[in-house]
Amino acid sequence: MENVIDLKDIWVSYDGVRVLESVNLVVKDKDFLAIIGPNGGGKSTLLKVILGLIKPDKGSVSLLGGMPAKTRRYVGYVPQYHSSNLDFPVTVWDVVLMGRLNTKRPLQRYNDDDRNAATEALKTVGMLDLKDRQIGELSGGQKQRVFIARSLVNKPKLLLLDEPSTGIDSRMQKEFYELLNKLKSEIAIVMVTHDLSAVSVYVDKIGCLNRKFHYHDDKEISSHDLEVSYQCPVELIAHGVPHRVLKEH
Amino acid sequence: MLELLQYDFMRNAILAAILASIACGIIGVYVVVKKIVFISGGITHASFGGIGIGYYLGINPLFGLIPFSLLSAIIMGLVSKRTKVAEDTAIGILWSLGMAIGIILIYWTPGYAPDLMTYLFGNILTVPMSDIYLMLGLDAVIIFVVYAYYKQFMALCFDEEFTKVSGLSAEKLYLLLLCLIALTIVLLIKVVGIILIIALLTMPASLSRHYTNNLGKMMYLAIIFGVFFSLAGLYLSYVFDAPSGATIILAMSTVYILHFLYDGLKPKIAS
Repeated sequence: MENVIDLKDIWVSYDGVRVLESVNLVVKDKDFLAIIGPNGGGKSTLLKVILGLIKPDKGSVSLLGGMPAKTRRYVGYVPQYHSSNLDFPVTVWDVVLMGRLNTKRPLQRYNDDDRNAATEALKTVGMLDLKDRQIGELSGGQKQRVFIARSLVNKPKLLLLDEPSTGIDSRMQKEFYELLNKLKSEIAIVMVTHDLSAVSVYVDKIGCLNRKFHYHDDKEISSHDLEVSYQCPVELIAHGVPHRVLKEH
Repeated sequence: MLELLQYDFMRNAILAAILASIACGIIGVYVVVKKIVFISGGITHASFGGIGIGYYLGINPLFGLIPFSLLSAIIMGLVSKRTKVAEDTAIGILWSLGMAIGIILIYWTPGYAPDLMTYLFGNILTVPMSDIYLMLGLDAVIIFVVYAYYKQFMALCFDEEFTKVSGLSAEKLYLLLLCLIALTIVLLIKVVGIILIIALLTMPASLSRHYTNNLGKMMYLAIIFGVFFSLAGLYLSYVFDAPSGATIILAMSTVYILHFLYDGLKPKIAS
């Protein structure tokens, strides 16, 4: 099967400031990749390049074997927590159905297939009970689950998450990563985060991004990689033994 | 009060108030929830250029207004999304540019401009039957487009980036919404005038947000508030012999402010 994401030699700059420099990335089916790096390191830009929302100055992007503008509708995208208007008058149910919008023309109503898919997605994330709540009344973790349900409702082949742990307390985070862990048996997941501790246990691969992308085909990162990315010494803390991520140091 | 209804101009005024409230209830909800009050104000004021064109060409100023306000909406939408000029700066510039065009054209028009004040401050008592038909037609267009694009507009207003990723053209949808705002302005102009439109577009919708969490119900409520306030304002204008546009806004603002004072005084419940 073809690669889910294939980026070759991507360069992006804004107003003469280089944001991405020669980034290469391959994501295969059922990979779970975390991309970490400092703020302003180009993480969100990279996601937007993958989705075709930003055109790179140089390099080629292939998403699900095609041009991102055509294929991004088959991607489940969970944008940053604050990107949507949370005081907006919609219910959880409305938000999840929004995920089916790309299959609708003007005047067309949602049908039973759409409603079944929405029910299914809400069940997967454990939020079916709260479907009639207004979105702003939910906690951070619950909102994040709703946005994941919205991205799952089209049975995507790839889930892209932008800083998913923002605004979630640590107990919720554990549940949240366990949900991702459950999903990864079926689809590829790419997650952008600066939360190093949570990343370690569940992901298969880690890349560091700070303009340049440092990436190994496993989930060990060395303190050297991190220092190059963050441009300052980073203290590495290893987690639970079976899931050791970092080399002993 | 009933004897007032015998007059044609009063009947037209009431019809105009209802027709205007329908458009401003529906579109006002989008203006409020998408937080595009400033760009709506910009389109409103820039449309004055269209009034100027109407006078200069010697046609009904509303026929200058319709194309000009649609054009301003599209230009403003494109300039604020596509250029590197900050959105509020771009809106501010186009806001004044449209007015400047209107002022020059009216100055160049021979004779004096009759009922210019009507377009600036509104006068619901001078709406002729032909304008009522025009308002009816515009309401029909607005209701049809919102019915057809209800889901799409909801997604656009809630989460623009997600809408784009879903493969919809967020930019086209946004421009369509701005065009509907432009048409609403045409509908409202005789009722309250360019200067006061933004209040009519925002207050009923903002008030309705406090009573429901449902976008569609917000629209119905905003229409009811709009009809109530504009008729109340119309009555006050008769009682106090004051300009109707201003009394409508005054009636609305008074209730709005009292509502929020009352809300602010209530003990806060942790949510």
